[in-house]
Amino acid sequence: MELMIAAALGILTTCGVFLILRARTFSVVLGLTLLSHAVNLFLFSMGRLTTGAPAIVGLTESSADPLPQALVLTAIVISFAMTAFVVVLSLKAAVELRNDHVDGENPNEDRL
Amino acid sequence: MTHLMILPVVIPMLAAAWLLVNHRASIGRQRVWSIFSTSVLVALGVWAVVAAQTDYHTYWLGNWQPPFGIVLVLDRLSAMMLLLAALLALFCVLYASRGSDREGSHFHALFQFQLMGINGAFLTGDLFNLFVFFEILLLASYALLLHGGGRARSRAGLHYVIINLLGSALFLLALGILYGLTGTLNMADLAVRIAAASPDDQTLLKGAALLLMVVFGIKAAILPLLFWLPRAYSASSAPVAALFAIMTKVGFYAMVRVLLIVFGLDPAQPLNAGVFLWLWPLALATLGLGAIGVLGAASLRTMAAYLVIMSSGLLMASFAMAETTVLAASLFYLLHSTCLAAVFFLLADLIGRQRADGYDLLSVTAPLTHRWILGTLFLVAAVSMAGLPPFSGFISKAWLLQNATGHPHYLWLWGITLLAGLFMIAALSRAGSGWFWKPEPFSGRQRRKLDPARVATVSVLIGISGALALFAAPVMEYMTATAGQLYHPSAYVEAVLGEPATITGGLTP
Repeated sequence: MELMIAAALGILTTCGVFLILRARTFSVVLGLTLLSHAVNLFLFSMGRLTTGAPAIVGLTESSADPLPQALVLTAIVISFAMTAFVVVLSLKAAVELRNDHVDGENPNEDRL
Repeated sequence: MTHLMILPVVIPMLAAAWLLVNHRASIGRQRVWSIFSTSVLVALGVWAVVAAQTDYHTYWLGNWQPPFGIVLVLDRLSAMMLLLAALLALFCVLYASRGSDREGSHFHALFQFQLMGINGAFLTGDLFNLFVFFEILLLASYALLLHGGGRARSRAGLHYVIINLLGSALFLLALGILYGLTGTLNMADLAVRIAAASPDDQTLLKGAALLLMVVFGIKAAILPLLFWLPRAYSASSAPVAALFAIMTKVGFYAMVRVLLIVFGLDPAQPLNAGVFLWLWPLALATLGLGAIGVLGAASLRTMAAYLVIMSSGLLMASFAMAETTVLAASLFYLLHSTCLAAVFFLLADLIGRQRADGYDLLSVTAPLTHRWILGTLFLVAAVSMAGLPPFSGFISKAWLLQNATGHPHYLWLWGITLLAGLFMIAALSRAGSGWFWKPEPFSGRQRRKLDPARVATVSVLIGISGALALFAAPVMEYMTATAGQLYHPSAYVEAVLGEPATITGGLTP
């Protein structure tokens, strides 16, 4: 399971970083989403990988650490909101600037 | 434990909630609420500074005992930052209430949310809550930056939002590493466990520390991570940009707090030394780049943005010297530079409105009304910013350079700071002479009215710089004590955890 999680983390991060470095806002937004997935998975695995251990004391012999789950929940909510915001922002920028480049301009256009 | 401590977070939150629910209320009522809430924050800031003189104050939310519950900690540094943020915000909201809050909706609600995030970041004693408050202040700042709309703001906003989202992801990665190694995110508890960490974990811990530095470096504008700043700050409206002057300082605050408390408890093998090694050259380069930017700026707002970069470079460079006396002086400089950077953003708007053409572009020579008043304000602000006597700029820089002499590489700081000062004088005097001496006087009819309230706001804010110079002795005393407190993390740990810090045993994740 460790190998699988580690590979998933690696692939998500690689794809995320690659997409963030692209020049168009759509791929950058996708990249940010992938990266935040990777981060959430990473945070989750920080409570150690266990099976059959619910995050409630007393149900089974061993219980999982509940804190990373709470942290991940917060992180998911925040990254969800931020993704929604950045999508709206890129749409607004694309409409206003009439292109979807992250710099919002062609290289030979006058800067505002 | 007093409940007053949580009010700097709760009051702006309630004010913002009220403003959101009653967004149909007349703009006048919204302004009254916003100004009232900010004034209360100023009063709370004064209370905090007085209260912090004696001891640490801790507040356990819901009375959950540390290290398990959420804890707020008030020490001298956070008290000082609370007061500074509240004062700055009061001037910004007063300035905005003269019209720029009408450019879009919800200005005051966003402004209060921003203050909630800033105050929370200053008060929290828990790294995850630092992240949460960072997100609150960032989300509010995204919306404030875009407030009023326009092509320039959308462009600058994209960069700003994307780099900060990336920063948040890195912040969470660092928190994950720290939690995975130590099983806690309470700063005091973390400090104890990091000091007791086994040598095998040192590399990972150092990685987490450096990741955190990257995150705070994005906020504080350190060299490779600062290119979003000039455009974002110069595109936003004047009061928003003036409030953003505190944002880089939030990054600096987090850096100081985390490096000195969390990674600095064990004097034998401090983890922060490795970070300082990186911080020192990068901060000096930031200072140099800021100076070049000031000289090359095309408009006063861009120049002010580079002044912010310069001041944050100087702050981080002096912090990287890792000496108590230097830190004290740089905290004094922090007060001065925050106020003055805000003054320049407001001045750019104030003068821009009185010019016939070109707003704040330096290349345009346009007739200007009320040359005497505006010229005097600009002169005083420029003299103070450039570090010439008799204002706070001179005192803070002189004190900083004098204290820095103990460091082996202090000549680097001296050289770059003084050269940057020269660049700043050249740029500011060129801007001033071009605007106030060159142009023809306004021809009769088209005179514009000067808004006395805006002028008064900026004048009082400049007056603070004078007051800092006048009452330098008590302020310096306070700063010295603050720096001393920061370099004794064991007292912080004892105050939060309620027991003396003992560094024993390995990690128990």
